[in-house]
Amino acid sequence: MSAGAGPDIDGAVKAQFPLLERSVHGRPIVYLDSAASSQKPAAVLDAMDDYYRTVNANVHRGAYEIAAAATEQMEQARADVARFISAPSADEIVFTKNATEAMNLVARSWGGSNLGPADAIVLTEMEHHANIVPWHILAAERGFEIRWIPITHDGCLDLTDLDRLLDGAKLLSVTAMSNVLGTLNPIPRLAAAAHDAGALLSVDASQYVPHLPTDVGALGADFMVFTGHKMCGPTGVGVLWARMELLDAMPPFLGGGEMILDVTKEGFRPNTVPHKFEAGTPPIAEIVGLGAAVRYLEGLGMDAVRAHEVSLTGYALRTLTDRHGDDITVHGPSEPAQRGGVLSFVYRDVHPHDISQVLDQSGVCVRAGHHCAKPLMRCLGVTATTRASLYVYNDTSDIDSLAEALDEVGALFGR
Amino acid sequence: MAGLEDLYREIILDHYRNPRNRGELECPPAHRSEGFNPLCGDEVVLTFEMDGDTVTDLRVGGQGCSISQASASMMSSAVIGKSTDEIRDLTRAFKAMMSIHEESIGGDGSEALDGATDTAGANDGALRLGDLEALRGVVKFPVRIKCATLGWNALATGLDETVAAG
Repeated sequence: MSAGAGPDIDGAVKAQFPLLERSVHGRPIVYLDSAASSQKPAAVLDAMDDYYRTVNANVHRGAYEIAAAATEQMEQARADVARFISAPSADEIVFTKNATEAMNLVARSWGGSNLGPADAIVLTEMEHHANIVPWHILAAERGFEIRWIPITHDGCLDLTDLDRLLDGAKLLSVTAMSNVLGTLNPIPRLAAAAHDAGALLSVDASQYVPHLPTDVGALGADFMVFTGHKMCGPTGVGVLWARMELLDAMPPFLGGGEMILDVTKEGFRPNTVPHKFEAGTPPIAEIVGLGAAVRYLEGLGMDAVRAHEVSLTGYALRTLTDRHGDDITVHGPSEPAQRGGVLSFVYRDVHPHDISQVLDQSGVCVRAGHHCAKPLMRCLGVTATTRASLYVYNDTSDIDSLAEALDEVGALFGR
Repeated sequence: MAGLEDLYREIILDHYRNPRNRGELECPPAHRSEGFNPLCGDEVVLTFEMDGDTVTDLRVGGQGCSISQASASMMSSAVIGKSTDEIRDLTRAFKAMMSIHEESIGGDGSEALDGATDTAGANDGALRLGDLEALRGVVKFPVRIKCATLGWNALATGLDETVAAG
């Protein structure tokens, strides 16, 4: 076991991810962009391949053997996802295209029937555009107010005026973990404050569910969205979880096949939850892949995943600071236990585009840009950051490679 | 494989470290035009003064990566004192150099470069571009092309608006 590894996650994990065997520019790949999308273990690739080779058929309306098997695999994945987030019922799991579509579903369906000109919702300055723009679009149509929880200088939510902001609001929609800063937000506390004020809590858990044990009840969420491809699953499948009474009361989102009980020339009767929200043929193989991803993560143990990432984040913060001193500044909380493995940093005055370009020559994959969080970029006073993000397959050697490759950046752009 | 030395030529790094014509002119009498790269948040703010048909002065503001800022700096040196027609020709030649054909993506980009030289027009394409030739290697890094053309697109828009406004 390497020095930075957690109690149960060791080098064997990396070997379960086929892509991580390849090289880039003649160097072994060092993948540090899991906050954008994670790599996939062989177990997920095999499950999807098996599905297409031996099961493939459309779901829910076929009496024949393989159609029934396809339906069973898809519904098994729904049960797996429900168990993974401790949801009371698999029927509360709605499959979408991604987290963005899931948040649009909440805005359109719940927001569209609950928000009007006299109403207000509360967002935070650290939200991903996926939790901002759907509300902007809806607010332009329906005229409600959007309020903003500010952030502190070290990248945490400033909750000083929380009660005032929530006063009269119908919804608080907040990220559980910042995709830029790694900040873990106090969701149970926010849930209590929202509920005290008579508001619902919607949680963008895209960066949380892949990395921490998740219990929707303990979090106190009313809605929660996340995506498959950041948690070892494929692209093309996301999840909305919501309390059944909310889903029951919400009108359909998209119309089409599968989401109806009956259609006449005069109108339609919607299907039951969750099918009411799943119009058209779903991404069946992707849903099967997500089920496999969930079982893979359960096999590792989410407590072990979290412990590994806390340990590795601490190693990364120490290593980068020891090696580069004042040349590097890492945004967000300095205490690993208060954050996830997302490290946005500034290196000297070199632009993130240039940093990532130079790192790429060493096979180091990091992301440069605004990370779909432009209001946050403005708060930080930057137009872009460089972001390295960690997952189960990363180890201390990846951090060492990053720290070494930054020397090349210094050599090229040093003044 | 394209190496970093193809991208970060010394003259580019020089313009990045020591940007020419940096700053902002008072508007009016100067005209203003902005360019944003929504992918990375880079921005270029151009202010320029016209005397008849000629750009007599131009300043570059904003912030961004070495390629976007160096390209805008080199552009400023190249266009001050030139007529709008001359600037449009130069812009066409520069953007032709920056163009990449789909079939060459994944290759080393040399086909696109050859094609670009042809479409850059006449035999004096290289002569007219001068120092700007240093940015030719950007084509080998397709995601950076938008950085190199950011300032040029902003200037083209600004000149069009100025001419349209009479």
